Amino acid sequence: MSARAMPRWADVTLVPLISLILAFALSALVILAIGEDPVRATQLMVTGALGSTYGWGYTLYYTTNFLFTGLAVSIAFQARLFNIGGEGQAMLGGLGVALVALFIPWPNWWMAMIAALAASALAGAAWAAIPAWLQARRGSHIVITTIMFNFIAFSLLNYILSHVLRPPTSMDPATARFDSTLRLPRLADILEPFGIEFSRSGPANVTLFVALAACVLVWALLWRTRLGFEIRAFGESHPAAHYAGISGVRIIMVAMLISGALAGMMAVNSVMGGPQRLVMNAVEGAGFIGIAVALMGRSHPIGIIPAALLFGFLFQGGSELAIETRIPREMIVIIQALVIMFTGALDNMVRRPLEALFLAFRGRS
Amino acid sequence: MDIATLVQILDSTLRLATPLLFACLAGLVSERAGIFDIGLEGKLLIAAFFSAAYAHYSGSAWVGLGVGVLASVVFALVHGVASITFRGNQLISGVAINFLAAGMTVVVAQSWFRQGGRTPSLPSEARFQRLDLPFAEALRDVPVLGPVYSQILSGHSLLVYLGLAMVPAVWYGLYRTRFGLRLRAVGENPAAVDTAGVSVVRLRYMAVIIAGVLCGIGGAYLATSLSAGFVKDMSAGRGFIALAAMIFAKWRPWHALGAVMLFGMLEAIANRFPNVDLGIIVLPGQFMAALPYILTVVILAGFVGRAIPPRAGGAPYVKER
Repeated sequence: MSARAMPRWADVTLVPLISLILAFALSALVILAIGEDPVRATQLMVTGALGSTYGWGYTLYYTTNFLFTGLAVSIAFQARLFNIGGEGQAMLGGLGVALVALFIPWPNWWMAMIAALAASALAGAAWAAIPAWLQARRGSHIVITTIMFNFIAFSLLNYILSHVLRPPTSMDPATARFDSTLRLPRLADILEPFGIEFSRSGPANVTLFVALAACVLVWALLWRTRLGFEIRAFGESHPAAHYAGISGVRIIMVAMLISGALAGMMAVNSVMGGPQRLVMNAVEGAGFIGIAVALMGRSHPIGIIPAALLFGFLFQGGSELAIETRIPREMIVIIQALVIMFTGALDNMVRRPLEALFLAFRGRS
Repeated sequence: MDIATLVQILDSTLRLATPLLFACLAGLVSERAGIFDIGLEGKLLIAAFFSAAYAHYSGSAWVGLGVGVLASVVFALVHGVASITFRGNQLISGVAINFLAAGMTVVVAQSWFRQGGRTPSLPSEARFQRLDLPFAEALRDVPVLGPVYSQILSGHSLLVYLGLAMVPAVWYGLYRTRFGLRLRAVGENPAAVDTAGVSVVRLRYMAVIIAGVLCGIGGAYLATSLSAGFVKDMSAGRGFIALAAMIFAKWRPWHALGAVMLFGMLEAIANRFPNVDLGIIVLPGQFMAALPYILTVVILAGFVGRAIPPRAGGAPYVKER
């Protein structure tokens, strides 16, 4: 009954929208409770994130990260696997980017970028491969193993940055700056030939287009190829997929490798496109925000784009808020938590009354 | 390594294992009833903040403990409503609870105290005092027993002993009472419990609330015993190490004690020595920090004693109509 109780448009738009409104309403209450004005906070966030090309430069930079991690969580969700390890996979992706950028003298940025995309995807996929194999072959719960791998990745990166890649003259655990030829073209450089003025400070760069292309590719993979069909079939029903001759081990491995690769590729944006060196917190929680993005976007590449943009806006708006008001940056962690709660865990709370409403209307007509 | 260092490490093992123990037993009770709980971290954190804040306002560690437990139970009930009443995804709910706590503690701490997401340092009256066990002074000079009793076991806060007492209590509750039998049954085969006329929903809520209380004590211990006040993200992954310990112990209370002692000792060693020199190789501190997680993955992989979770874990129960 649940699938047909509501028209499809309502399922993909109304349910997430109502969940989002609930999450924002509760966030507004939190802001009220700490003695600030939610209306003014919203205005500050909108002008800070969307009111200038400077703001857009940051909003779209964060959006790029969330597109990758949102896609990563989504493709695993499609196979009914919960990959909480995006954070660790993206850390390893950063390591791949740093190795490629530091040790190979690239003649220009685009060759370096292609190599960095490949290296980060490979590193991210490798980090996802062990939990995937353990789930597929040994039945170890992938949620727990990917959580554990996040912590192991943190320690590994911490070791490599403080003992191996840190320049001898520096104190903080980070690599040296990459060569300036590897600087990725920012939106200002890309839009200049078209006569569009764009702030030079915003770090949004050419990786944004790679992320959007990844959305199209993931869509094509999931809905236009045999492998995609197998992934979705496996996600719908493991026994049915098994009877159809689909190998569960293969689907788990493939879905998780693609998921890890996508999470890893985020690092091209946040390492090469951003600070131009690998620092400890290059991921900034984007791996976890991917969960919220995937849930809001209904694990569909088309849904991912607005969801990633929304979180990009929240992330940038949240930093502006911390400067202008007494609301700390962590406010967006609360919003993120509430979005995950309402769109993920409390889905039925929104869905059941809506379904009843639609059934009542249908009954009358 | 001399005896004095060993005694010191074992002493801090006990202190560092206590928050893990509370959280681990909390996860154990919840998962034995079929409710996955990856929100242990969040509950520890929210309890740590509220206990520190109210210990600061009232000047009493006990008031802090009470409010901390209350906050943790509220979060546990949110998890319960999402995963029992609305049959939502328990893992996603747990993730949400962790983020909610991470965000809330800093936002509220900043609003109340304006110290960058921390509470003011607690004076010693507002913390749990160290407790000397009877005859600790008299036995100090007895060989072997002296250091073990007077220096390792004695001189901790009351909550350390409460934690140790919780192990037999949880064991007794789970294995020697009717409630415990039903609780374990509801995690293995809820339909059978339902058929016997016992409410699955009520049992699972009970388990979730017990988990909330235990995490609450663990969080209060972090802020009012182990440290003197709350700092941002002070749970520092302990909820996940506790989760690891629970799997390591294969969901059994006495083994949980062993597991948290092992993980507590790893932390104590890592605190004492930045790098561990084994003679052949030197283990960096980062490796020591990652060791609990690596051990858990090895255990989960089932190469050394397979860990099998309760059968109905993670699945919402739908009554037949």
